[in-house]
Amino acid sequence: MGAEKVNKSPKILVFSTEKISDPAIDMAGLLKLHYPPTVYTITVPCSSGIKSKWILHALEQGFDGVFIAADGTDCPYGESCVDKTGQLVGATQELLKQKGMDPARLKMAAICSVCSEPFVKHVKSFTNYLMNSSN
Amino acid sequence: MKKKIGVYVCHCGGNISDYVDVEKVRAEIEKDESVFLSKTTMFACADSNQKDMVTDIAEKQLDGAVVASCSPTLHLLTFSAVAERAGLNKYNYIHANIREQASWAHSDDKVGATKKAIQIVKAAVAKVKRSNALEPFRVAATNAVAVVGAGIAGLRSAIQLAESGAQVYLIEREFFVGGRVAQWDDLFVSNETGKELITRLYDRAMNHKNITLFTGAEIIENSGSVGNISLKVRISPRHMKLDCNEGNLGRAIEVCPVVVPDKFNFNITTRKAIYHNFPGEYPQLPVIDMEHCTRCGECEKVCENVDFSQKDEFLNIKVGSVLLATGFDPYEPKDDEFGYKTIDNVVTLPQFKRLVHYCDDKLVYKGKEVKNIAYIYCVGSRQVDGENKYCSRYCCTATIHAAITAKKKYKDLYNFHFNRGIRTYGKQEVLYDESSRLGDIYLQSFEDHPPVVSKEGDKTIVTINDILTADKTLEVEADLVVLVTGMVPRQDNSIGSLLKIPRGRDNFFNEIHMKLRPVETVIDGVTIAGASQGPKNIMESMNSSLAAATKSFSLIAAGELALSPTIAKIDVDNCLWCGKCDDACPFNALTKTDVDGKQIAVVNGSVCKGCGMCMPVCPSNAIELIGYTDDQIESMIDALVSTD
Repeated sequence: MGAEKVNKSPKILVFSTEKISDPAIDMAGLLKLHYPPTVYTITVPCSSGIKSKWILHALEQGFDGVFIAADGTDCPYGESCVDKTGQLVGATQELLKQKGMDPARLKMAAICSVCSEPFVKHVKSFTNYLMNSSN
Repeated sequence: MKKKIGVYVCHCGGNISDYVDVEKVRAEIEKDESVFLSKTTMFACADSNQKDMVTDIAEKQLDGAVVASCSPTLHLLTFSAVAERAGLNKYNYIHANIREQASWAHSDDKVGATKKAIQIVKAAVAKVKRSNALEPFRVAATNAVAVVGAGIAGLRSAIQLAESGAQVYLIEREFFVGGRVAQWDDLFVSNETGKELITRLYDRAMNHKNITLFTGAEIIENSGSVGNISLKVRISPRHMKLDCNEGNLGRAIEVCPVVVPDKFNFNITTRKAIYHNFPGEYPQLPVIDMEHCTRCGECEKVCENVDFSQKDEFLNIKVGSVLLATGFDPYEPKDDEFGYKTIDNVVTLPQFKRLVHYCDDKLVYKGKEVKNIAYIYCVGSRQVDGENKYCSRYCCTATIHAAITAKKKYKDLYNFHFNRGIRTYGKQEVLYDESSRLGDIYLQSFEDHPPVVSKEGDKTIVTINDILTADKTLEVEADLVVLVTGMVPRQDNSIGSLLKIPRGRDNFFNEIHMKLRPVETVIDGVTIAGASQGPKNIMESMNSSLAAATKSFSLIAAGELALSPTIAKIDVDNCLWCGKCDDACPFNALTKTDVDGKQIAVVNGSVCKGCGMCMPVCPSNAIELIGYTDDQIESMIDALVSTD
C-alpha cells in the first residue's frame, strides 16, 4: 500500500442520461479529454427520474460525491425536466443536511449532448473540491 | 436471481486492450459465482464472435449476458439481437461501456482505466442478475411520414416513401419548392439545371396520390412518440386565390410599388412585395410577402385573385415518423472579411452564380464589365480561429464549375483561383483538369497566410504569397472578387429545437453513428437527410435521402411497432394515491383507479415513455421504473464502489 497516494482520488458517481449527457461523456472519451478514472457513470433515461434514495445510497456506501449530468432544456421528455431535476437536487441536499452530511457532495449541471469539455471541467473541479473537503 | 451469466470482454482491436488489461478484467469477473462463462474477444461485434455467443448462450443455457465493449449507442442493438437469436430475452442482455468511458477516457492511466473497467463490468453483471425477461408493447403504427423541407432531398425522400406505400405530408416553410438547388443553373455532370431537376421531382411528387404538399407551412407543436406522432402545422396564406388568371397576375406584380432585395438572388436584384422567385416556379402561384406589403391595394385593383382575407390555417396530422431535410444556409461573410461589404466588387459564390444567370453576353457587375475574376476559397470553412472547422466539400467543385461556365459564356474572361488546396474529389477531378486546360490560374496559400483584398484607387487588388511559386508575392487586379463560401447549418433551428434533435460539433443535425447509423437520430422515429446533416453535394444528398426514407418507412411498414416495455410500475401495496405522480407526468400516463376499494395510480403502458419523472415525487416510494429498479441501481452502486 506504500505506493498509493495519500490523497486518494475521490470516487464520484455520475447519473447521466441516455440521450443527452451520455453522448457528451462518450465524446469526452473519443476526444481523449482525460478526467479521473474514479468517476463512474450510471445511465438513466432522464435526470428528473433520479431518486434521492439512490443518491443517499451512493454516498452512504462509499462514493465521495454524486454528480447529476442533467438534461437541461434539451430533455426529450419535456422542458419541465429542468425544474424537476432542480427540485429533486434541492430536496436531496436538504436530506443530506439533516443527516449532517455536506450538501455540496451532491452537484448538478446541465450537460448537453456535445458538452464534453464542460463535463470534464465539472468532474475535475468536483474532484478537487471533494479532495480538499474530505481532508 | 440469475446464476448462469456469460461475459464477453472486447479488445476492440487495441482500442480497449491497449489501455485496459482485458485479461485482468475477465479474471476478476470470473470470480463472481453467477458468472458461468467469461471470455475475451478481439472484436465482439465480428460475425464469428456473434456466432460463438449464440452457440454459448443456446448450448450452455445461459440466463444472462454482458458484453463489455464500446458505447451502447453503437452495439447495444447488435448484442440484444445476438441474445434473441440464441433464444435469450433481449432484456437479459446488459451492455458495459469500457471504451468511450474507460480505455479512451483514461488512456493516460492504464492502471486506473483497468480498475474502472472492472467496476463497470461488475456493475453490469449486478444489473443483469436482477433483470427480467420483458415483452415489448405492440402498438399500431400510423402509415404516414412527415417530410420537412421540399428541397431536392425532401422531394426525393417523399417520392420514395410514397412509392413504398406510405402517406406523405411534405411540409415546406417557404412558399415555393426546390430549396437551394432551384437557385442553381447548369450542374456537373449532366449540365441539367437545378430548376430542371426540381421540376422533374415536383411533377413526380405531385402526380403521386400519396403525397400532400404544404407550402408556407411550419410544424409548431409535436407530441406522441415513434409510430404515433401528432404534429400541429401552421400554414401561412399566400393571399392568392387558387384559380388564377395569369395575365392579371403579371399586372398585379407590375403595379406593386414595394421594392425589396430579392433573397432568392442573394440580394443582387430586387423584387416586389407580390412575387414569385422566377417564372415557372412551383407551385406556379405568386405570394404576397406580408412583411413588406403596405396594403396599398394597387394589386387588388388589377387582379381579382388577390385575397387579403386569407388567414393562418392550423392542421393536425398524425404520422409514424418524421424525416428532416431542412438543408443548409450559405455562409455569410463577416463585414470586411476579404473586403465583403466594404469593397464594392466583392461578392459571394451564390451571388456570383445568380449574376452569371442574369448576364447574357457580357458579365457586368455594378455597371462595369468583368474580365478578371479572383476566387478566394474556403471562406467560412476550414477556419483556424472560427467555429467552422470542417470542409464544406462542394465548394471547390462548384467554384471551378462556375468559373468554367462563365469562361465559356463570356469572351476574354480570366479566372484566378486563390485556394488552399483543391478538393475536387472523385469524378469531379475532370473539372479541375478542364479548367487548367482552359488557362485558369491557380495560386495557393496556407491557412495562416490567406490572400489580402485591398483597394488601390479605383482598383481592387488581391495579393498572395503563392506557395506554388516558392512564396513569391503575386498580385491580381480583379474586376470581381468571389468569396467561395461554404455551407453552414440553418440559422433558424426551430424545427431542431422542437423535435430535440441533437447537433454535432459542427452544429448540423447529428446522426447516431456516422458510419453505422448514418440517418437515424437519438430521437426515435426522426431521421435526417441531405445537407441538414452536414455539407453534401446533390449526389450525396440523394444517397442520404433515399436511406432516410427507407429507414423511416421501415419503422411503420409492419403497421405495428414494438415499444419499449421499460415503463413505470406501481407498487399496489404502497401506493396511497396522492396524485403527485399524475402532476409530474408530462404525458398523462397515470390515472387514479379503484382497486378492491383502494384508490391507487395505474400506468397506461402505451402512453408512458419511461422517463421516471413520477418516481422522485412519490412520498411512499411506490413507483419503480422497469430496468432501473431500486434493486438494480443500488446493486450497481454497490458494485461500482466495491473494493475487493
